[in-house]
Order: sequence, then structure tokens, then C-alpha cells
Amino acid sequence: MRPPFGRSRTLAIAAVGGTAVLLTAACGSSSGTSNSASAPGVTATTVTIGSTQPLTGPAAPGYSEIAPAANAYFKYVNAHGGVNGRKITYTYLDDQYNPTSTATQTRKLVLQDHVFAMFQALGTPTHLSVVSYLNSEHVPDLFVASGCNCWNNASQYPDTFGWQPNYTIEGKVLGQYIVQNFPSKKIGFFLQGPNDEFGADGLAGVMDSLQGKGLSVDSTPAYYTPTAAGAMAVGAAIAGLQAQGVQVIVSFSVPLFTAVAEASAAGLNYHPQFVVSNVGSDPPTLSAILTGGALGKKLPAGLIAGTISDTYLPVLTASSNPWVTLFQSIKATYAPSLPWDGNVEYGMAEAYTFVQALKAAGQNPTRASMVAAVESSRWTDGPGLTPYAYSSSDHNGYTGVQMVTVGADGTLTTLGPVETTDDTPTGAIVTYSGTASTPPTNGIPSD
Amino acid sequence: MNSLLRRFTFVRHGLFFLGLAVVLLILTSFVFDSYTNYNVTEVAIFAISAAGLTVLTGINGQVSLGHGALMMIGAYTTSVLLTWHPDLPLVLMLIASIVSTGIAGAIVGIAGARLRGPYLAGATLALAVALPQVPSHFASVFGGNQGLSVSPPTPPAFLGTSFAPEQWLAWITLAAAVITFFVLANLVRSATGRRFRMVRDNEVAARLSGIDVARTQVLAFVVSAACAGLAGSLFAYWVTVTSPSGFTLNLSLSLLTAIVIGGLGSLSGAVLGSFIVVYLPVWTGGFASSLNLSSNIANNVPLAIYGVVLIVAILVFPRGVAGGVASIVHGVRRAAGSNRRAGVLPAAPQAPAQ
Amino acid sequence: MRLFVIYTVDGITNGMVYAAVALALVMIWRATRIINYAQGAMAMFTTYIALVVIRHGAPYWLGFLVALATGLVLGAVTERLLVRPVESRPPLNAVILSLGVLILLEAVAPMLFGGQTQSFPVPVSNIDFVVGTTSLPVSPFAVFTVGAVLIAMLLLFLVFQRTTLGLRMRAAAFNPEIARILGIRVGRMLTLGWGLAALLGALAGMLAAPAVYLYPSNMDEVLVFGFTGAIIGGLESPVGAVTGAVGVGLALSYVSGYIGADLAPLGGFVILILVLMLRPQGLFSFGRQRQV
Repeated sequence: MRPPFGRSRTLAIAAVGGTAVLLTAACGSSSGTSNSASAPGVTATTVTIGSTQPLTGPAAPGYSEIAPAANAYFKYVNAHGGVNGRKITYTYLDDQYNPTSTATQTRKLVLQDHVFAMFQALGTPTHLSVVSYLNSEHVPDLFVASGCNCWNNASQYPDTFGWQPNYTIEGKVLGQYIVQNFPSKKIGFFLQGPNDEFGADGLAGVMDSLQGKGLSVDSTPAYYTPTAAGAMAVGAAIAGLQAQGVQVIVSFSVPLFTAVAEASAAGLNYHPQFVVSNVGSDPPTLSAILTGGALGKKLPAGLIAGTISDTYLPVLTASSNPWVTLFQSIKATYAPSLPWDGNVEYGMAEAYTFVQALKAAGQNPTRASMVAAVESSRWTDGPGLTPYAYSSSDHNGYTGVQMVTVGADGTLTTLGPVETTDDTPTGAIVTYSGTASTPPTNGIPSD
Repeated sequence: MNSLLRRFTFVRHGLFFLGLAVVLLILTSFVFDSYTNYNVTEVAIFAISAAGLTVLTGINGQVSLGHGALMMIGAYTTSVLLTWHPDLPLVLMLIASIVSTGIAGAIVGIAGARLRGPYLAGATLALAVALPQVPSHFASVFGGNQGLSVSPPTPPAFLGTSFAPEQWLAWITLAAAVITFFVLANLVRSATGRRFRMVRDNEVAARLSGIDVARTQVLAFVVSAACAGLAGSLFAYWVTVTSPSGFTLNLSLSLLTAIVIGGLGSLSGAVLGSFIVVYLPVWTGGFASSLNLSSNIANNVPLAIYGVVLIVAILVFPRGVAGGVASIVHGVRRAAGSNRRAGVLPAAPQAPAQ
Repeated sequence: MRLFVIYTVDGITNGMVYAAVALALVMIWRATRIINYAQGAMAMFTTYIALVVIRHGAPYWLGFLVALATGLVLGAVTERLLVRPVESRPPLNAVILSLGVLILLEAVAPMLFGGQTQSFPVPVSNIDFVVGTTSLPVSPFAVFTVGAVLIAMLLLFLVFQRTTLGLRMRAAAFNPEIARILGIRVGRMLTLGWGLAALLGALAGMLAAPAVYLYPSNMDEVLVFGFTGAIIGGLESPVGAVTGAVGVGLALSYVSGYIGADLAPLGGFVILILVLMLRPQGLFSFGRQRQV
């Protein structure tokens, strides 16, 4: 049996060369009144999308909440009429954060389940194993859940889009904050690595901002390996920074290792200022890790208090923020077993963006019209602190972050305005002057 | 004719595997869709590696918990060579990976020849955990944690523009698998194969009858590693990215699981076991989003099923699925009054010297 | 110099955790000639149970005791129900069976206890001692870890060497046939052996969890390094297992500190191979070489 939709190469070339033509065709068909099965995974009443997620295995804690949270948002949308009368079916498969599984599960989604698009596939090494394949098949590869710079490559991967600010953008803004606020302190690094793009991209961004500013920087970063034995070695690594007299530790680490690093420093009676990337700073995740047991009794209360980080979504604890209210109420109805933390907010916010894109792709969306819709998007509303930067040449999503600090009770307080920049070494950091958007009253993107 | 076939194993095997190749060609071309071809490719890659492990562990009695690491050497050989010389032909890549991994196998074999049972298991386990750190650390050559990307082989032009790349890779992999199994099936029936088994069954007796035990063991490791290298090279083309996180301890343990669940010491058992290990997650997966369970439960249902299947399979089929089938076949034949030996399935082996 | 001391103290402390796992593996090996690859997962599971008890307001020590008791039961039940049928089978069957148990436990744990990473409490502070204004590179919890494993070893030694029960267990492991003739219920002794080993594993789980945190696969690597230590020491020797495991702990710590954390497993592997090249049955094996 062959898939119902041809994969002919000539057609594929036509799709690349003639996006505009196809888009016109799509728009043309959307002027009709009835829904049709306009693309693989699209029927008159459903849209099926797929994803690969670390639902089990070492990366599962925390990250396994993202897809169920997104699914909760889709259930909410489906319960309120869906998108153009179509209900969204979200099939997310477990890849255990193993690129081999990602490869097989993605083929299952594309070749067997005939998904319309991939959505929020998680992880850098994992998704790198399928990004060429998805692009060769012209499957829209939307909003990869990773901050790697690699998703912003419109010439090589025209169907792939990032979403969160990439690690270099984040690093540059964190670096600027350090230059402005800790000019006389010695700066050191705690990074996933040494040869991991998360740590390396982040370090590059911070160094872009520190360059030539005359700060004292410890030239040898402390690296960790994200494994159990790696956790046991963090204490010694932090002791190395302590021995160098480091006063500010910039940390590009996953949440567990932020916790391990901060607890290790406290264990050494060492109290540097931590500046942590967004990925590793989610306070509910950190608090669950650090105070879930009775550990809090033995370590200083509010260990993470004073940690500086950044965010590109409304802060979780801003209970009056309309986005937070919306997502929390959807979570309460459609995924009550999930906690309220950064992973859940992330999943729902990305799902919101997806619904925006699906609406913009026309009444009878095609894969090409979906990609074109994202590239030409100028959606003014959205959960992020800045508008999306998508264009035909820029496949980054958000490009702005706001500095935050963590309070003793886990609440986040913003520090200063939202800053935007790009991921080039010389790209200027510009303060965002627009106002924050609010969600539509029914919580579903308007047309 | 019949007696000729019986006398010349080589001819019999040749005909059998030729027939098998024709059947696979028909299946992959006219019956399977792209997704099935993709999965069949995985089974074949797994089976090549598992067959090598069968020779080492099942036939020669040396346990390896580190065969994933050997596959990694094959995969990186191909990927690094392709990074340097993207135009080199695929056959050359396969051969280079077989050679490089064979050499690595010789080193592991020499180091492991003095080790027995759990000591060899422990050493190979440590190898499986340690070796992925090398490409992770030496990023300039191996691409670090991101790894190296590999372009899947493009079907030759004469097959037409709509020829699916999945089908092409399935052809290549199945051809490699058929050749591997043909070679191994002859090897295990040869004098060398008999030496492998003698060393497994009784080292002292083997030594007394003039067999150089250490050399035999190293040879088994080389053969086994060569298979792993071939599988690793195809694995690189199949996954399209070679990174350290693709070669977890789980891969090594799955290979061992495949040969034991399939039926230790039998090449057909290696195929059966590979089929089970590859397809079980395919069948049990997809629960997460389809069941209306809380995500903590739904996410882990497939893994739990896998664990239960392993436990039950070992308790119900102590000689593996192939062993179970063999004894059923044997029982039926005996009931039918025939005393012919079950032909295709080699007799279940003795316990390896653990 | 201070860093060297820190690496050494960390290495010994981590090594003692590996030692508890190594000792558990050695006990099971000596009793049933099986390597229990599910040892780490069983420890993870009992640690979760301790956490549930503590979460419900019970003191740490009650959770501690419950975990040890659960470990005893879990080990005994596993031996009786699952391992007994494969004890007379090819050894690899037991290997795959224990892998099945490992996978099952790691799947069931998040179903019961939630999928998030959690911290595990410590009974005494894990902040380094301070004398005057100087921070010493040792914390009370590090002292507790080393002490707990040493005491567990001592107790086991006393049970095996000084009690009739221990004598029976040794007899059952050493020669089941003769033990049976002497009226020892060999099966029961093996069950008890597995139970005691899992109890030790449970201890390792609780000592490791404050450092590696608690999630379903948190003990996988601890098992690998415990196994490595047991092999280096020689599977027949409890003293060897502890020595080997502490050696592994130190090696990992020095490699992490001086060369790079990502190369630590490679360092452990190199040391394992070097030792096995010199002594194929570990440092503390004597005689009984299976050579012609």
C-alpha cells in the first residue's frame, strides 16, 4: 500500500518553487464554503498533527508535561468548535530523548499516521535526526521545542521553524545585564558540555555582550554531564569556580542541574550570584526539585532566592496576567493532573501559536499554505512578551526576553524592560517598546 | 537431488538465501508501504548485529553487553568518512566500517579473551557506557553531542523519480542482511564454527584437542564485530544522524535481549528476536495520546508492557521463541512418525560458560 | 590542594554509595551466580516509597526503615517468584529477566509516584562543616554516608560469620546439594540472600538520592559503577567489592576534576580494563582459575 498522497519529486520541486502559486490556490479554495480533505492529515472535520517527546527516560521529568499541556489547549479549542470546524488530533509519541527513536517515531507519524504537520518536537540532538527528512518530505515542522540556533535556517530547512528565543539571543541579553549590574565581579560559567550546543550557544551569546567591556572572566567554564554520575561530580566542579574566586556564575543548565549546582554551592558554604538561562530556571520545577523532600530543612530556606534569569512568556506567578489566568483555567479543566509550571505554560503557549498558524493557513489548509502562513504572519496577539519574528528569511520565533529574579517564595519579579536582539555577534540589543498583548476573550485566536 | 542438497550445505544455503532474497525483493517492492519498508530496514540492521552477537555469545559462549558500542564504531566510520568525502560510494563505506569495527573487535577480543562470564559482561558493559563519551568529547572530528548528519542513499536514476528512498535503503539493507546470514550460516556449520562451539561447551576439552582457545575467541569477536560494524554503517544511513545519544546502553541490552528472546545460538532466533525487539514498541507505542489516562500513566504503559513481555517470555520460553517453535515442530514431527531433524533451526545450544 | 582534598572526599563518599550496590551484587552473585541488573531500579523504587512515607509527615528514620524493609521484601519476592524458575536455566536468561524487572520498575515508578524529578531528604546537614571561618571539605551527610555503609558491612559480616543463619546461608550458596543433605532449606536461604542484598541496595538508593535526585532512571549509572567496582574487586569478595567501588569513586572524581566530567566514564572503563588485564577475576580473587 502506498500513502494516499504522492511524494513525487516533480511535485515536490513545484512546491518549493511555487509556494506563491500554491498559496494562491489555497486561498482560492478557502473562498469556498465547504471543508475538504485539502492535505495529508486534513479531513473535513479533523487535522492530525504529530510530535516526538521524551515521555519516558532520563529527559522525561518535567519535559513530559509539555505535550499533554499542549493537548489540553487543543482539547479546549476542540470543545469550542475547533479551527474552521476541524478538531485537532495531536499524536505525540515517546522517543525517550534518543535520536534513533525520534527517527522511527517521526517516520511512523509521517508515513503511517499521515500527519499534516509536526509540532513542538522536543530536543536538539533528537530533532536534528529528522529535520532533513521532514524538509525533504515538505512536512511543516513547526515550533521545535529547543532553543538551538539550527532551526533558523530558511534556505536549508524551509519548512522548519523555531519558537522560543534561541540560546544565543538569551545569552546576549543575560550578558548585557551582567555588564550593567556586575561590572566589578568575577564572572564564571557552569555549562552543559563541553561539546553541547545548549551550553556552547549560550556561552557564545554571553561572551558577545561581555566582549571588550573589561570584565574579569574565568576562562575555564565548569562543565557538567547530564547524568547521575554527572550530578555527583557537580560539587567538585563548583568548587573549582569557588577556587578561582568566581562571584557570578552564569549557568546554561537544565533545571535538575541548576538545582544541583545551587545546592552544591550552598553545601560548599559558597554563595555566588547565579544567572541562569530560562531553560534551567523555572521556579516551580526548581522548587519541586529542591524542596520536594525535606531537603529545604537542611539547606538554607529559599535556596533559589535571588537567582537571576529571563523569560519570554508572562511570568508564571503573575496571577493577574490574562494569559496566565487563561492557561490555568484550561489546565484545571482539561489536564487537572498536570502541575502549573514553566513546562505547562510553554506547551499551552506553543499550542496557541499553532492554532494561530492553522487559522491563518486558510479554510482548507495545505502544507504549503501552512508554511506560508507562518512566514507571512504578523499576528499582533500571542502569549509571548514580544511579537513573533517570523518571515520568509527568519525562522526564529520570539527574539526578546525580559530579565527576572526569583523571590524566596518562588515568585518571579521582572527586572527592567523586554529586550530584543538577533543571534549575530554584533546585532544590537534593542528595548522593546510595544505593549503586551492580551488573549481574546474566548481564549482562541481570532481570525 | 535431495541427497546432493543434504551433502553440500553450501549449495543448500545458497539456494535458501537466494530464495529468501527473491521473496524479500517482492515484499519490499510490491507489498510493503514506505513505513513498513522503513521498519523492515530497522529489523534487518538489528538482525545483522544480533546475528554477530549470536556467533559470539550463542555459538562461542562469550557475553557482550557492549555491542552497541561496536555498532557506534561502524556508524562513526561511515559518518566521518562521508563528512570528509561525501561522494564515496556506499559499498566502500560499508566495507570501511566492517574493517574498522573488525579491528576494534580484535582489540576487545584480545582484551576479553582472558575474561569469563560476568567479568566479560562487566567489561563490555563499561565499554558501552564509556565509548559514547569519545565522540562527545572530540567534537572537531565527531561533531560533539549534535553528531554528524548523513544523507540517506539516493536511489539510482534508472529506478525512476518516484522511487521511495525508504525502499532503496530497504533493498540495500536486506541485501546486506541476506549476505551476512549466508556467510554466518556457512561459518557456523564449518570447522571454525565447530571450534567456536567446542570452546563454548568445554574449554578444557577444546584445549586438549589442540584448539587455541584464545585465538578462537578473538576470531569470534572479530566476526561478531564485523557484523556490528556493517549494521552500524547501515544504521547511520537509516537514522541519518550519528550522535552519541543514539548509542545508549539500551541499544546493547536490546541486542542481547533479541538473541536470548529469539533463541540463543540460533541465527533464525536472532531474526525473530530482532523482529520482536523492533516491533514491540511500534505496536505498544501511540498509547500516550490515544488513551484517556493521566499522562504519567499513559506515557509509561508501553515501557511497562515491554518489561512484562521480557519477563513472561523468559519464563514461558526459556529457550527463546525459536527454541519454543523448534520443540513444537519437533513434537509434531515425532507425532507424525518422522525422525528427521528439524532442518532450518539449529539445535538449541548448551548454556554458555558464564 | 584544597581541590585535591575535595575531589578525594567526593570520590570516597560517592565510592561508598557504589560500594553498597557492589556489595549487594556480590551477595546475589555468591548466592545464586546471577548478576542482578535490576538492583539499581529496585533501590530507586524503595527510595520512592521512603519519600512517600516522609511526605506523609513521618520522620526521616521511619522512611529509612520502611525503605529497608521494602527492599528486603522486594528482593525476596523477586527471587521466589521470578528468579527461582530461571536459576537452573542458562545464565543469560537471568540477565534478560533482570532487565525485564528493571524496565518494568522504571515504568511503574512514574505511574505511582509522578514523573517529576524530586529531591530526597538528608537526615543530617549536607552543608560542609565550618571551623572558625574555614569551610572544611566534608559535610555531616558525607560522614553519615560513609558510616552507614561501613556499619551495614559490619552487620552483614557479623550475620554471615557469627550466626547459625549466616552459616546456613553460606552453606546454601557454597554447596546447595550438601546443604540440602544437612537439612538446610536452601531455597529459603537463597530467598533471604536476595532480600538482604536488596536491603543493602535500598540503603544505596537513599544515600545516592540526595546527590543524584530521585527519578525513575536515577540509579542506572550508579548500578553500572557499582558493578564496575565489584568486578575490579572480584565478585567473590565483599572486601574486594568495597575496595573496587571506592576506587571507582575516586577515579571518577579525579578524572572529572582534572580532565573533564564528560570523560569520567571513560576513565572508569580504562581502570577496569587495566585491572582485568592484570587480574582477570578481579583484585581480590584467589585461585580457582579456570585454566587448564
